[in-house]
Amino acid sequence: MISVNDLAERLALKSHNLDDGEREVTGGYAGDLLSWVMGRAVSGDAWVTIMSNINVIAVAQLTDVACVILAEGVEPGEDLIAAAEMRGVNLFSSPEPTFALCGRIHGMISPHADGEAANEAAEAYTEAD
Amino acid sequence: MAENETLTFHFDVDGNDFTSAGEASVKVKKLMRQLGFSPELTRRVSIAMYEGEINMVIHANGGTADVFVEEDCLRVVLSDEGPGIADVETAMQEGYSTAPDNIRALGFGAGMGLPNMKNYSDEMSIDSVVGKGTTIVLKFKVS
Ligand SMILES: Nc1ncnc2c1ncn2[C@@H]1O[C@H](COP(=O)(O)OP(=O)(O)O)[C@@H](O)[C@H]1O
Ligand SMILES: [Mg+2]
Repeated sequence: MISVNDLAERLALKSHNLDDGEREVTGGYAGDLLSWVMGRAVSGDAWVTIMSNINVIAVAQLTDVACVILAEGVEPGEDLIAAAEMRGVNLFSSPEPTFALCGRIHGMISPHADGEAANEAAEAYTEAD
Repeated sequence: MAENETLTFHFDVDGNDFTSAGEASVKVKKLMRQLGFSPELTRRVSIAMYEGEINMVIHANGGTADVFVEEDCLRVVLSDEGPGIADVETAMQEGYSTAPDNIRALGFGAGMGLPNMKNYSDEMSIDSVVGKGTTIVLKFKVS
């Protein structure tokens, strides 16, 4: 199981509001168009976005994502941090590109999709043979 | 709760305040959790309602949202006195949007709001008269 705390540590995310670090991260979604996020993101996702206006917090709360990660060096304004605090939304930022962050998150959550882990699994399988 | 008695909640959606849009949906989410509805249904209702709220703010200068908790269903009625929708079928298409650039810059106006409302509800009806306003009724089955 990967928690929000694990994710933040392994991706060296900058924390702006940590409400529930023990929350499990079960998937991920990347997107900046809020209706797409509301239509496709699922509960427990890590949501990676470059959108940083106040409505992001309401969308995070309603979709019940595990955390919001602002990518590409986007930093939250004071209003966003205040809203995250008020509504109990885990909020982070990172200088890394969206693509790189998502790749790493994907590798952590579904290790078999990750090259290295998949190789390890394949080796273990052959050894067991 | 006595038989046939419906629990209702009323919200005014301020047309000028884009940043507070969503307050009604967030309140409904909390109320539904308190009333013991499933997280899955709560999520569908509150997201669909948020899309409706946002539409009233962006396209109709505000309106009202009413939630009726009935025995076997939950009804959300979104009503405004905005410009109305001339061609509902076109408006329902994914990607169709008349939202201005400043709204798009905030991540809205993807033309996915009405489709999301349809996908997340069990029944949706749109009653709109150009120059008069729009009323959208969303129905959610409670199992
Ligand atoms: N309450 C409303 N009053 C007037 N027009 C509306 C209303 N809701 C939606 N519309 C029209 O329908 C279109 C599609 O709505 P929607 O799918 O939510 O996309 P978006 O809001 O991103 O434009 C809007 O661009 C607008 O032209
Ligand atoms: Mg919309």
